[in-house]
Amino acid sequence: MSTPVSMPGDAVAAARAGGRFSRHVHRAHAEGRLVVQPRMGFADLATMREGLLAVRGADATATGTVTLDSYTRVNDHDSARQALRTGAELNGFPLVAHGPGATRELLGSVSGPGFPVQVRHGSALPYPLFEAMTAAGVDATEGGPVSYCLPYSRAPISEAVKAWAQCCELIAAQPDPMHLESFGGCMLGQLCPPGLLVALSVLEGLFFREHGLSDLSLSYAQQTHPGQDLEAVAALRRLAGERLAEADWHIVLYTFMGVFPRTSVGSYRILEESVRLAVRSGSERLIVKTPAEAHRIPTIAENVDALEFAASIARDEAARGCDAAPAESGVYEEARLLVDSTLELAPTVGEALIRAFERGHLDVPYCLHQDNANRSRAYVDPAGMLQWAEAGRMPLRVGRGAARRPVSAKGLLTMLGFNEQRFDREQLTHGHLRGLQYPGRASRQGLT
Amino acid sequence: MSQVMLPAKRFVVSSVSSDAHMWNLVFLQLLLEEQGAQVTNLGACVPDDLIVEECRRSRPDALVISTVNGHGHLDGLRLIRRIRSDPDLAGLRVVIGGKLGVRGAENVVFAEELALSGYDAVFEADGGMESFQEFLGTLDAPAGQSALAAAGVAA
Repeated sequence: MSTPVSMPGDAVAAARAGGRFSRHVHRAHAEGRLVVQPRMGFADLATMREGLLAVRGADATATGTVTLDSYTRVNDHDSARQALRTGAELNGFPLVAHGPGATRELLGSVSGPGFPVQVRHGSALPYPLFEAMTAAGVDATEGGPVSYCLPYSRAPISEAVKAWAQCCELIAAQPDPMHLESFGGCMLGQLCPPGLLVALSVLEGLFFREHGLSDLSLSYAQQTHPGQDLEAVAALRRLAGERLAEADWHIVLYTFMGVFPRTSVGSYRILEESVRLAVRSGSERLIVKTPAEAHRIPTIAENVDALEFAASIARDEAARGCDAAPAESGVYEEARLLVDSTLELAPTVGEALIRAFERGHLDVPYCLHQDNANRSRAYVDPAGMLQWAEAGRMPLRVGRGAARRPVSAKGLLTMLGFNEQRFDREQLTHGHLRGLQYPGRASRQGLT
Repeated sequence: MSQVMLPAKRFVVSSVSSDAHMWNLVFLQLLLEEQGAQVTNLGACVPDDLIVEECRRSRPDALVISTVNGHGHLDGLRLIRRIRSDPDLAGLRVVIGGKLGVRGAENVVFAEELALSGYDAVFEADGGMESFQEFLGTLDAPAGQSALAAAGVAA
């Protein structure tokens, strides 16, 4: 089970020719440009269209995003319809409530080969949504039976596996199949060590392959240490290269998804670090965050600013040809071990995922979902790297230096706020701003 | 943090039906457990029925609703109306906190409506944790007034 589905040569060639979403991403990558993408969703059609047009017009190589609202995510389409009727505020675009017709018209008026649009949702049981998306001619979407089930729903994994299998088969049956991205590299946004993130991304990629898809992307979310993240993306690329060789795939990096810096300077700095990581690691696409993140849902203008900032840093980084060194913490070996040993549990990837979580062989730290063992624990070590404190029943070695003391509420907040602290520190002491204004005097003003 | 609660208070911690955020719930559980409480954590995306069922079954000292996806003013309102319409739960202490709308600092506009609809206390975003600690200190007092005073929300 550790080898991908084999295909004859001409079928391989056909499979590698992905849809227009992938073509756009590969073209940009070949030309040395990072594709940047916002998180953006508005309830009404006019604002959603305005947002997409603003992203299309940004000074950046972008793809558009339509983020769905939380009611649509949990298949509560009646509440979404009611909100549209009453004008109640939603936190995203209710695609099913608007219907495929209105959605197709919206996308048709803004998207094109140079500006494909991805629908982002977070739904564990998304078949009705996938029906609406295929009917609306959506270019790309994302998720997966684990990554959209464990963190975002109460559905049993077995049901999510069944639903996602049907969704994949629905996509595969279309004349022009949608691109599908695994969200497996983003579990809970933070405090999940990279080995498990890489393994879940690859396992979901294999699941998509098993159900007939060949136009994929694999994700990884920026964590707490640039060297460890560089190592993790390299591990993901290597493992995906070995296991998904016959598919058309690329890597999408996410700017940190956990507790976000609260200052404007701090948020741009963490975004900058993620852009440099994306370029150094050869990632093809980056999902950005904005300085509004810690406080509220960003405006259209804030999203465009973040995209243009990311694009300019990406150009800078590409021109530098920096040779930053990855950490050597064994991410690839850990991920490969988790993938291989999981696949041994059952004849299909879907069944193997169900069994692996059932017996705690895969265990996402702190995840409260009833099908997650929740025995594993992670911590941020003094060097800023994410490490295992408890492996639970996962087949992993936990370093002897690992903190075995149970984490306190305050300790948890400190770990969750690690990046917030790291990037906000200087602005909150005003030292950074003084340094910016009077660079010659910075050292005398004591930036520590 | 030095507060002692004897005998152990029992809490049900939960999100609302459409909210998938989890770290706020993990944190609250640890915070309450450190103060000697017993916690049943229902997790994310909890349907109203399940919350009502659990509260009827386990009769907690308080139900703590935490939500940060911006739908709290909608889902939280529907939930508390449902809870207060159940005669068995009319006297249950119920509090809600987090990011209750999508308006950032302006979310305070939702607090009053939530309190008027039956929450014993409403804690919005940044100032919320301190008020929540004060609320915990009032749990031995009769239900009602003291909690509202702690939260600074006029009902």
